[in-house]
Amino acid sequence: MLTFIARRLLQAIPTLWVVATATFILLRLAPGGPFDDEKPVAPEIKKQIETHYGLNHSLHIQYFQFFGNLLKGDLGPSYKYSGWEVQEIIAQTFPVSLELGIWAFLVSLIVGIPIGIIAAIRHNKPSETILMATAMVGICLPSFVIGPILLLLFSLQLEWFNPIGWNYPGDRVLPIMTLGLLYAAYIARLARGGMLDVLKHDYVRTARAKGLKESLVVYRHALRTALYPVVAYTGPAAAGLISGSFVVETIFFIPGLGPFFVNAALNRDYTMVMGTVLFYAILIILLNLMVDLIQMWMNPRTRHD
Amino acid sequence: MIKRRREDIVASVAARSLKRDAWERLTHNRMARIGGSLFICITLLCLIGPFLSSYTFDQQNLAYGAQGPSLKHWLGTDDLGRDLFIRILIGGRISIGVGFAATIVALLIGVTYGSLAGYKDGRTEAIMMRFVDAVYALPFTMIVIVLTVTFDKKSIFLIFMAIGLVEWLTMARIVCGQTRALRKNTYIEASLTAGASHLRILAKHILPNLLGPVIIYTTLTIPAVILLESVLSFLGLGVQPPMSSWGILINEGAQKIDIYPWLLIFPAMIFSLTLFSLNFIGDGLRDAFDPKENHSA
Repeated sequence: MLTFIARRLLQAIPTLWVVATATFILLRLAPGGPFDDEKPVAPEIKKQIETHYGLNHSLHIQYFQFFGNLLKGDLGPSYKYSGWEVQEIIAQTFPVSLELGIWAFLVSLIVGIPIGIIAAIRHNKPSETILMATAMVGICLPSFVIGPILLLLFSLQLEWFNPIGWNYPGDRVLPIMTLGLLYAAYIARLARGGMLDVLKHDYVRTARAKGLKESLVVYRHALRTALYPVVAYTGPAAAGLISGSFVVETIFFIPGLGPFFVNAALNRDYTMVMGTVLFYAILIILLNLMVDLIQMWMNPRTRHD
Repeated sequence: MIKRRREDIVASVAARSLKRDAWERLTHNRMARIGGSLFICITLLCLIGPFLSSYTFDQQNLAYGAQGPSLKHWLGTDDLGRDLFIRILIGGRISIGVGFAATIVALLIGVTYGSLAGYKDGRTEAIMMRFVDAVYALPFTMIVIVLTVTFDKKSIFLIFMAIGLVEWLTMARIVCGQTRALRKNTYIEASLTAGASHLRILAKHILPNLLGPVIIYTTLTIPAVILLESVLSFLGLGVQPPMSSWGILINEGAQKIDIYPWLLIFPAMIFSLTLFSLNFIGDGLRDAFDPKENHSA
């Protein structure tokens, strides 16, 4: 087990290096620099600013400087939010994104799994068709469509919630729903597929043959195996929740990391983009590792892989 | 004469075995039929509609301003007095066009990479697929965002290149798995013994057998790409105004939702209908090519 974790963490290092290098090269290929404002600055001043941030050196020196600082755990100063270090911005804004993501994920599990299981139990009945059609509607209404519609309905028409912001508990309802319902739809489909698959197995037939109640068969015998596909999906879902939160945070003006990243990319805030990409890459690698460990715990057959 | 007739019979039997069979199952699937006709209607409307309209997508009428649906403007106008219907149609051209173009990029890279990796034994495959796994584990949208700002973002060509460069990974995984399974068949060994080159085996034996999964996954990639393009445009990183795309229209509508709700509702409706139809076609194809399996995800 420990060797497995250690091996995966070691494998992550070259991945991160490739990601960082690719991002570095792509950003420097991008036209314009962080200090090309619409208002032209005197060339001497611009030069001075660039010297201050070390942008006057040749590219390969900047590259090694960046990695040198990175090894010390320093992501460098943001070019656009002067006086702020990149890790300070991440530390300030990421907890908001994380809170949004975790709640949305919980909502998607709580809504998605029961729908999928019920649909599977009622296989080939009208209620299954209705449930799965609803899930399909959920998949076809991405967050930037459902978000504004929820906003129109519940904030502007019914005035139940504030349309924007992140100050009161009520403010969290709409963003969490916007982000969570899409994944609830995916999870419902996966849970249904998993359950239908399991119900065909011999051990389920045995359980039924020995006279167990259907509810016991489903919940005690089938449920655990039926959820394998859902667990396997949590890795990609985590990545999706992160990018999804960019959109949701933009719609509801939530002070999370997403809008900062998009702005940083648009403004060529090199250090901020590099820092955020690396941060999320590490986060996702760790999440995937965690998902694999949970899978190994749930399904002993995957342990020898 | 007789020989020729026999070939005909053989050909018709062969054609029936996979493609024809799948086609029949597909056309008997009601949801796939609805999805298919809906998608064809939307696409034709986007292609032909703009030629028949008396408005253009960037023709402003500031005096007229934003008005709700009327006989003159079927779906209303935006605050610059631009006809929303024509903007949706032009946006549809961009969104569907990018969807197809990026999918083709993903298809070409994914099938080539995946079939090569799956065909090669052991080590090469392991290295190639480990690379895919590594990239796969990263947040897609972030990579695409970095790619789009790298290139001149006003170019639609580069947007779909960037999306295609990210979307090929899943295709490569699927193709690789299938190829690995196919490679072990004895008929491959037989052709090798008969002196066929590896390239010939890939082209003649492997690729035709990949058709089913590739078609299915291609159909499911198109809506994913349309979605990604719209997310980018929504965030202001994709197609640039005054050009229209569904992401831009939904973004503009979302900003004015409290005063001009139709600006959000109509683009959102047609966008969702398109995704709906494509997903149903994809699901139908999956059932058609592999009816035994019980598909879910």
